[in-house]
Amino acid sequence: MGRGLRQTWAFMFRGYHLTRRYLSWVVVFNFYALTGSAAVALIGVAANDHELTLTLIVGALLWNFLSVLYNEIAMSIAYERWEGTLEYTFMAPVSRLVHLTGVSLFALCNSIVNTTVVLGGLMLFTPLHLSGANVAGILVVILASTLAFVGLGVIAAALPVLSPERGAEGTHIFQGSLLLVSGVYYPVDVLPAWIQPLSALSPATYTLSACRKLVGIGNPATTEDRLAAAPLSAVSGEILVLVAMGFVLIPLGLFVFGRVERWAKRTGRLKRTG
Amino acid sequence: MTLPAIQVCDLRKQFHRRRKRRGANASEEAWALAGVSFEVARGDTYGLLGPNGSGKSTLIRILSTLLVADGGDVRLMGHRLPEEQARVRWLIGRVSVDAAFYKKLSTRENLLYTALLYGLDPERAERRAMDVLERLGMEQRTFSAPLEEMSRGMQQKISIARALMINPPLLLLDEPTTGLDPKSRRDVQAFLEDLRQREGTTILLTTHDMAEAERLCGRIGFLARGRLVAEGTAEGLRRQASAATLDDAFIGLTGAGTVSGDAAAASPTSR
Repeated sequence: MGRGLRQTWAFMFRGYHLTRRYLSWVVVFNFYALTGSAAVALIGVAANDHELTLTLIVGALLWNFLSVLYNEIAMSIAYERWEGTLEYTFMAPVSRLVHLTGVSLFALCNSIVNTTVVLGGLMLFTPLHLSGANVAGILVVILASTLAFVGLGVIAAALPVLSPERGAEGTHIFQGSLLLVSGVYYPVDVLPAWIQPLSALSPATYTLSACRKLVGIGNPATTEDRLAAAPLSAVSGEILVLVAMGFVLIPLGLFVFGRVERWAKRTGRLKRTG
Repeated sequence: MTLPAIQVCDLRKQFHRRRKRRGANASEEAWALAGVSFEVARGDTYGLLGPNGSGKSTLIRILSTLLVADGGDVRLMGHRLPEEQARVRWLIGRVSVDAAFYKKLSTRENLLYTALLYGLDPERAERRAMDVLERLGMEQRTFSAPLEEMSRGMQQKISIARALMINPPLLLLDEPTTGLDPKSRRDVQAFLEDLRQREGTTILLTTHDMAEAERLCGRIGFLARGRLVAEGTAEGLRRQASAATLDDAFIGLTGAGTVSGDAAAASPTSR
């Protein structure tokens, strides 16, 4: 195995074993994600509105995936602060690109497991069926949005380098703001006019818009028994925006992280107690 | 000519700390290191002694590439910091006063993680680490237990094994035996002596333990208020201070225990 691959694997190895040791908490978080998503989706079932139910399910699944991905990357530095290992990671001969790639790959695995659990739960609690959905297209959109969310996660991961406690708080504020402006459970045009421009800046907005089309939401041909999904070409605009965001946000994230790391090394902020 | 392992010339580092004064924010500045210079030859053990807040840990952090100095010149094995920090990172192992690990993970998992992080072959690195641990008196059966179940002494020994696993030519030890029981302290000291003799590892050691410094270090520097106030062999320092013990020499030369000496511990340089 090449050195770079070993170093990337180090972060996945660490994540896997920490997950194993904190397994009961992982079960709790997955259970909470499942019940939270089911509770939201059941609003649509109670309203006896198939399209609303589908909108809520798509929102819950995508938000679980993207928020776990973002959160795992954004909090990776905060976790190291709490464990006291940050200085050892930063003095190891590993490039920040390899470091953050390893963290992001583990985060991606975590998101897939979490979303699979939530999907299974939703199938138990709602009349969810996927026949007719453009599943391959959805995977393409998710892959494109993963790039953008990795970039956002890396930018947010720099915050706990700036300030141990305030930084971790900042990552959650940013995550909450994304949830609000991206129209996860509602169309963004119901947001107050002054906040709507922000939704255009969130990659989640385009992910949701594309996935709704690929599930058949908004298509009059969609019935409770059969989804009338749009072809992938119908969401090429959203995919293009997501890929462009990824190509901007990942290098931007690495740049921001590098600048913050240099600042922390000048001011002594890498120290365990900050 | 062989370059020294450590070359530090006029090293300066200042910290700023914001303080609230009468409702207004004020910035306070203090020199943690105010022009420190010294050299350590390859294969030597150099002791850096100083009161709390004298700048020892700041110096170790700069050498570990975790802090960037405000001025001066630092070269490790001929490589200049911070410009050549990527090269330097392959050459140094560090043990700090707090054994920083993933406490939920086992010894083996922590060591394998470090091996992978350094791009090493995990099996070879593990064998080396286990060998170090056995030489430090640890039993194999403890290797699969989570670190949180281990005593501080055991954790510190694992920290040393982690630093040595990468086989560094330069070892930076920041109070490695602080808080250890006498047996563990003796184990670590004997191991470091053996390491220097067998492998020729250069060691920079900070400690508050004068007997330890005297036993392990060929040369000793006294650091006070960010300055190297005296340097030499233990015998030379005793002679310089006209003192019977290294303790007395340390107090006499650094002013530790006096009002001005203790003030350093309360200043923003206390890092």
